[in-house]
Amino acid sequence: MRKAQHKDDAAAKLGMWLFLFTEMLLFGGLFLLYGVYLARYPQEFATAGHEMHRWFGAINTIILISSSLLAAMSVTAIRRNDSKTAVLLLVGTVACAAVFLMNKYLEWSAEISRGLYPGSPLLAQAPHGEPLFFSLYYLTVGLHGLHVLIGGSVLSVMAWRIRHGVITAGNCIWLENSTLFWHLVDLIWIFIFPLYYLVL
Amino acid sequence: MSSITPEQHVVSYGKLAATWLALMALTVLTIWVSFQDLGIFRVWAALSIASLKSGLVIAIFMQMKYENRLLKWLLFLALATLAIFIGLTFVDVLYR
Repeated sequence: MRKAQHKDDAAAKLGMWLFLFTEMLLFGGLFLLYGVYLARYPQEFATAGHEMHRWFGAINTIILISSSLLAAMSVTAIRRNDSKTAVLLLVGTVACAAVFLMNKYLEWSAEISRGLYPGSPLLAQAPHGEPLFFSLYYLTVGLHGLHVLIGGSVLSVMAWRIRHGVITAGNCIWLENSTLFWHLVDLIWIFIFPLYYLVL
Repeated sequence: MSSITPEQHVVSYGKLAATWLALMALTVLTIWVSFQDLGIFRVWAALSIASLKSGLVIAIFMQMKYENRLLKWLLFLALATLAIFIGLTFVDVLYR
């Protein structure tokens, strides 16, 4: 006799949220560092912040928020038993993730070619606050980019699972938890965008 | 098969789209504010708008609005912990 499968969606979701809380505290720590150094080196942070590409940040904000909408809609679709739409919406989400990372690549290439990277000769001569700003920027945005990569990969697997009937209207906690992770990625960018691109 | 399925709430496409529109409007607002000459209040304005946006994402996209009380309190606890960390650090940094 096959062992009865135990299924507890509420606990699965609780577990996912506990993980998301640790993520919030992780990025919260990085934002705290940013705040403290901004208070200590306001002048240097302003100089360094003016090197940022405001419009790259704005376009990526629009892309991420839209991808979050598509991910949330895919949950609605699967609950309404519409697997086909759910897969399409997830493909759209993953496409947004790819465009986001592409923009990141172009943006970082432009900055690195201008000598703005941790340990560069240009920043070595700048006052202490400027290399600090760029180190924090590359660390925070890089860690966020890694989350985009992971989230996009997880959502691709979810699309595959829906297509093969593993995730269905009555069994969609995997999809729900994966989209929760994606929304968190969006949530963190909502703070990165004004802090690094706008306020300085 | 033992199964514990919480009451499911399906958020309509219309509601999700309305949330997206609000998030877009707030994004435009935060960019507009960043061009204004507000001095130090620029940081506070940007953070207020970002908090509003994250509230929308958490409540509607992440469906926290429809979750049980336990999850809501845990979220509050996590955010309160973060606020205490940040608050106490700044008390130390600014008034050392």
